[in-house]
Formats: sequence, structure tokens, C-alpha cells
Amino acid sequence: MSSLNIPVYLDYSATTPVDERVAKAMADCLTLQGNFGNPASRSHVFGWKAEDAVTEARNNVAKLIGANPKEIVWTSGATESDNLAIKGAAHFNARKGKHIITVKTEHKAVLDTCRQLEREGFEVTYLDPEDNGLLDINKLAAAIREDTTLVSVMHVNNEIGVIQDVSAIGALTRSKGIVFHVDAAQSPGKVAIDVDAMNIDLLSLCAHKAYGPKGIGALYVRRKPRIRIEAQIHGGGHERGMRSGTLATHQIVGMGEAFRIAHEEMVEENARVEALRDRLYNGLKDMEEVYVNGDLEQRIPGNLNISFNFVEGESLMMSLKDIAVSSGSACTSDSLEPSYVLRALGRNDELAHSSLRFTLGRFTTEEEVDFTVAEVRKAVEKLRDLSPLWDMFKDGVDLDTVQWAAH
Amino acid sequence: MAYSDKVIDHYENPRNVGKMDANDENVGTGMVGAPACGDVMRLQIKVDDNGVIEDAKFKTYGCGSAIASSSLVTEMVKGKTLDEAAAIKNMEIVEELALPPVKIHCSVLAEDAIAAAIADLREKRGEAKAESAA
Repeated sequence: MSSLNIPVYLDYSATTPVDERVAKAMADCLTLQGNFGNPASRSHVFGWKAEDAVTEARNNVAKLIGANPKEIVWTSGATESDNLAIKGAAHFNARKGKHIITVKTEHKAVLDTCRQLEREGFEVTYLDPEDNGLLDINKLAAAIREDTTLVSVMHVNNEIGVIQDVSAIGALTRSKGIVFHVDAAQSPGKVAIDVDAMNIDLLSLCAHKAYGPKGIGALYVRRKPRIRIEAQIHGGGHERGMRSGTLATHQIVGMGEAFRIAHEEMVEENARVEALRDRLYNGLKDMEEVYVNGDLEQRIPGNLNISFNFVEGESLMMSLKDIAVSSGSACTSDSLEPSYVLRALGRNDELAHSSLRFTLGRFTTEEEVDFTVAEVRKAVEKLRDLSPLWDMFKDGVDLDTVQWAAH
Repeated sequence: MAYSDKVIDHYENPRNVGKMDANDENVGTGMVGAPACGDVMRLQIKVDDNGVIEDAKFKTYGCGSAIASSSLVTEMVKGKTLDEAAAIKNMEIVEELALPPVKIHCSVLAEDAIAAAIADLREKRGEAKAESAA
């Protein structure tokens, strides 16, 4: 197999391919010859075998985050986990208080859930991150009120890859008796998680960003001190009543296997991916007017989010037809608004429109990175030749002083 | 997002890219859009002694459809009088490039660019007042 696979996939933060080992384990849980039973069937060996497989997967997921297997609740993915955690904790504690704190750069699964709670009468504070994407713990401390019951801060940002200091946040929330939820959809296999050391009470996980299948996730729910949440899905009382529904053995086994591999190979893989990411960045950073979005140090190894000033992101992606990446450009979203994450960092709209997100992973090769560097340089040069803004910049015009006709 | 073959053709082989001397008496410059909105078009037209557009140049910051719309416009205006060029409607661009609904604003911007370039030229030639009086 050539190590340059076209089109080159550099969108690992959107989703990852399923690892072959994971696919094999999943396939073994489907057919008559396989482990197809319902884990809730207590009266025969088909059920017992399925339950064993689920237990093993539960152990593997718990191990990666330093939890007890009894603290893992299976869900359909991180979006459901976020909904269950935030609505569940907010509703359960509603008599105590109705104030929630989160951050403007959170995933929509958190932000939209908070919006829903606002419609139900809760009050939500959305904190601004610093320019590097990280949350200032002092601003969080200042936002805490008597009636604050929940703080929700993501571990790794999906767009810019920055890692929040959840340990510091956890210490603060624990001392105040506030429930701390962390959306860790992007973390497994990339950055270590220890729910005890970090004082995390609720943690959302999913499989498909870590070489597992789509459609399966988990919510960690702390037992000591016990965190109570209200179920959002009822019927059958599975998962200790917190999430009913027949367990999808093959999906769960896939997530378990993916997390087992993540635990075993994480250190080695991160070193390799980081070297590739640095190779990509080093290939681009000497170009004029390029800006990395988000902190470069407090960041997962596989993420490079970069703005090419005076070039619009969607047209850049159009030039990069052999490379799969994402853009913060408005034209690539349905809303026609540029990335709300980049805007929250204080990036102006131009730079938000000009951004590309490269995310590298397990199967990325040096050849693919070198190909990408060459293609991006060529495309940016071509588009700058076409750009009136680049002309003006080269002529020494300060674009901020130009009177634009906004439309 | 799927692009039409015509958008891709104009995007990959843009026509009449460039810049003309904005101070030239026979050159009209129209710059429309804003960087914050994700697209800026600069269209320039040059007229001959008979008031016919003999050349057009553009540069555009924006998505593929914006680049294609402005490239197409440079072809459309050549050989037209100012009045004929001013009569070009954005829907002609939409049809020619098979732009999807979310990209119609690109064609509107291109129509605005023509109008702005013509207005600039007319003002330079002292025709602006005549126009408003008429």
C-alpha cells in the first residue's frame, strides 16, 4: 500500500475510521454464530455471554479515564451524553439553584442544551475564553453564584484542539459543591483523563473520534461523592435507570476495544502524530500572514487550526480537492456565520473566514503531510494572486481603515 | 457541496484577472462586499472613445462561486456599452453558472460590482449629474 492515499484524510476530529481490530471485535457480535444475545437476558447463555462482553468493554472505558466500571452509562454518543449530563444534573438540582456556567467555545451539544434549559427558566452564564482559547480560572471563580449548580467545560476543543485545565476547574467546583461536567468527546487516546485527580463529576465520551464506531458513547457519573441526575430516556431501567434501552453489544464492544487500544498505544501514537503535525506546521509557517488559532502548547498533538489571511476558506478548500479538511468559513456552514469558536477567541471575521482545520491521526503518513504542504502553498499563492485584499495589503493599505459596504 | 462544471471552470481558469490603473480617465473601478462578510469583489472596466467597454479585469476574495461570478462578469461586459452593461441582471449569472440558492448573493454582488464600476467611470467623466438629472 502506498503511504500517500488520495484523497488525503486530515479531518480526524470530525470522525476517525474504525480500527481494523475494532471492526473485527464488532463483527463477532452480530450473527447467529457470534455473540448476538441481549445483555439483559438473564435466563440463558446468549444473554450471559453478551453481558460478559459489555462488562469487558465497560472495564476498558472505565480504565482509560480512571473510573470504576459501575460509573459508566452507555449512550448513543457524546451529544446524548452532554444532554443527559447537563439536563439531568440541572433538573435534579433545580430546587437548589438554577444557574449554570459554561464557555462560548463549547460544542453545540452543550450550548444548545444550555439554550434549551434557558427556555425552561434556568439561567446560563457563557464565559469568554482568552485569546488562546483557554479559560481563565479567575473569571470562572468570579462567575460562580449562590445558586450555581453546574459548571460545564469541555476538555479538548473540537475546532482548535486546545486543552482546558480541567484539574484547576475541578478543584474549584469541588470546593464549592458544584457539579462539574466535562465534554471529553475529543480526548480519548489524545490526552490523559483521570476523573478522580481532576475532580470531574460527569464526563461525556464517544467512540467515533477514537477509532471506534459512530452511534455509541458513554457518560461517566461519579459515585463518591454521589452525583444524581434525572434520566432523559425512560423504559426498562437499563444502566441503573439513567439510560434505558437495550444495550447495543456490537457498538459497546467496539467502543471498549477502541478505548483498550487507546490506553495501550496512546503515548507512542501521540509522539508520532505530534511529529507529523509539527512537520505540517513547519511546512507552512514561513508563509506571509498565517496565524495559528488557539494555544500551540496546551493543545492535542493532531490539531493544526490556521488562518491564511486574505484567502477565503471555502475557496481554499475548493483548491484542495484532494485533501479532506474543515474550514471555519461561513460558506461551509449552514448559518452563513464564520466559526463562533474563532470569533470567541477575538479573531476578526476575516481571519475566521480564512481558517482551515487540519486534524491528523493514526493513519496519517509523512508523504500525506508533505503532499498537503505543497498543495496548500500552491493554493494560497493562487488565491492571493486573485485577492484584492492581498493587493491592498501589498500596497500598504490598512484594511481596517477602509469603508466597506457590508452586505 | 457540489459545484457546477462552469463554476469549477471559472474557478480553475479565471478570466481577466488583474488590475488596471484606477486613475486612468477611461477606467472605472467598483469594489463591493466586505472582508468580514467573506467576500470582496473588485471589478474594473475600461472604455474606448465610443464608450464601449473594451477591457475588464477583476480580483475577488471569496468563495468559489464569488470568484466564478466575477470572472464571468468580465466576459459579459466586454464589447457592451455602459448602458448595456448596466442592464445585466444577477439572474443571468445564476443561470449561466447554475448557482445554488445559497450562492445567489455572489451573483448579486457581481451585479453590484458592475454598477459600482460604471458609477465610478461616469462620475470621473462628469456624467454623474447628468444621470441623476435625467
